[in-house]
Amino acid sequence: MFRKLSIWAAVCAALLVPVVAAGFSPLLQWRQPIYILAGFAGIVGFALMLLQPLLAGGYLPGVPALKGRRVHRWVGAGIVALVVLHVGGLWLTSPPDVVDALLLRSPTPFSVWGVLVMWLIFATAALAVMRKRLGVRPMTWRRAHTALAVLIVAGTGLHAVLIQGTMETVSKYALFALALGATVKVILDLRIWAARRRSTR
Amino acid sequence: MRPRLINRRKLMATGSAAAAVALGSGLIVPARAAGVQPTPTMPGGANNYRPGAQIVERIGNGGFSMTGTVRRAGDGAPLEGRRIQMWAHTTEGHERDPESHGATLTDRNGRFVMDMPQIVPAFGQPHGHLAYDAEYDDGGFETVFLRPVMTSPGQTSLDVEFVLVPA
Repeated sequence: MFRKLSIWAAVCAALLVPVVAAGFSPLLQWRQPIYILAGFAGIVGFALMLLQPLLAGGYLPGVPALKGRRVHRWVGAGIVALVVLHVGGLWLTSPPDVVDALLLRSPTPFSVWGVLVMWLIFATAALAVMRKRLGVRPMTWRRAHTALAVLIVAGTGLHAVLIQGTMETVSKYALFALALGATVKVILDLRIWAARRRSTR
Repeated sequence: MRPRLINRRKLMATGSAAAAVALGSGLIVPARAAGVQPTPTMPGGANNYRPGAQIVERIGNGGFSMTGTVRRAGDGAPLEGRRIQMWAHTTEGHERDPESHGATLTDRNGRFVMDMPQIVPAFGQPHGHLAYDAEYDDGGFETVFLRPVMTSPGQTSLDVEFVLVPA
């Protein structure tokens, strides 16, 4: 029981601390609500990238892998919505900066990562929705999904650490490390790229 | 010096050295003639530009010093009376807000100084915007937009250089 509670407490802290720390940023006082909303949509989406591998691996007490996958789908849908909110909110705040980013001609080095990750997230969601219709073998699908996930987590982390924004530095790097670490752990534990003698199912 | 000191080997060596110097300086001279290189417009420099902002004493309550020089490409001569407009995301407003924009004219030495509110990081970097817009000048030079980035958000000044090309 204590073990369960402490795991949940640690996960909640890992997810919430970066978001709450950003809430104390002095930059917020000079920003309009829509800009603040856009920024936090990005931060929450980043935090959910730590939750996703934990759900996929069934690491959370009371959420075994099978149930975890169901929640994982909903969280994935939430990430898509947050990306739309993030980009849309930034667009309303400063249209030419977002247009430059989307056309890959922005002077800021983090923009290209953000745009890349946005398209990868949309592609991942589209593949997940069409999974049954595509008729690919489960292991093939899982490897493709995992490859996209690795790129998304890494790209999101790079996007975030290159930005001088509302996120607090230590919690930002810690979230990046934890999200990447959890992703690598689930890949190893589920032996996603391990050689198989026969295809499962 | 006695003439016999100049033998053929020395003459060859001196001659080729002289040729090298002549060739070397020959390569340098055209570069020197090109002189002061023009400042290119920076990517994103024109973002949220509002053409024709008023010439003002200061933008808002001031506190941040935006300074610079405006010179002519080639000879680097300072350009007087050139209209430079600046805007940024500051403690007093967004880049798009009209009150975040202001313009000033260069002095005899091509210098301009604008007291504006403290620039704060926005869209991932603490940065300012400046424009020399030919449309709002006498059209003598080509339009240039700059987007300097501060090395730290705590910086309270920025100094930029415009080197304009005659239109």
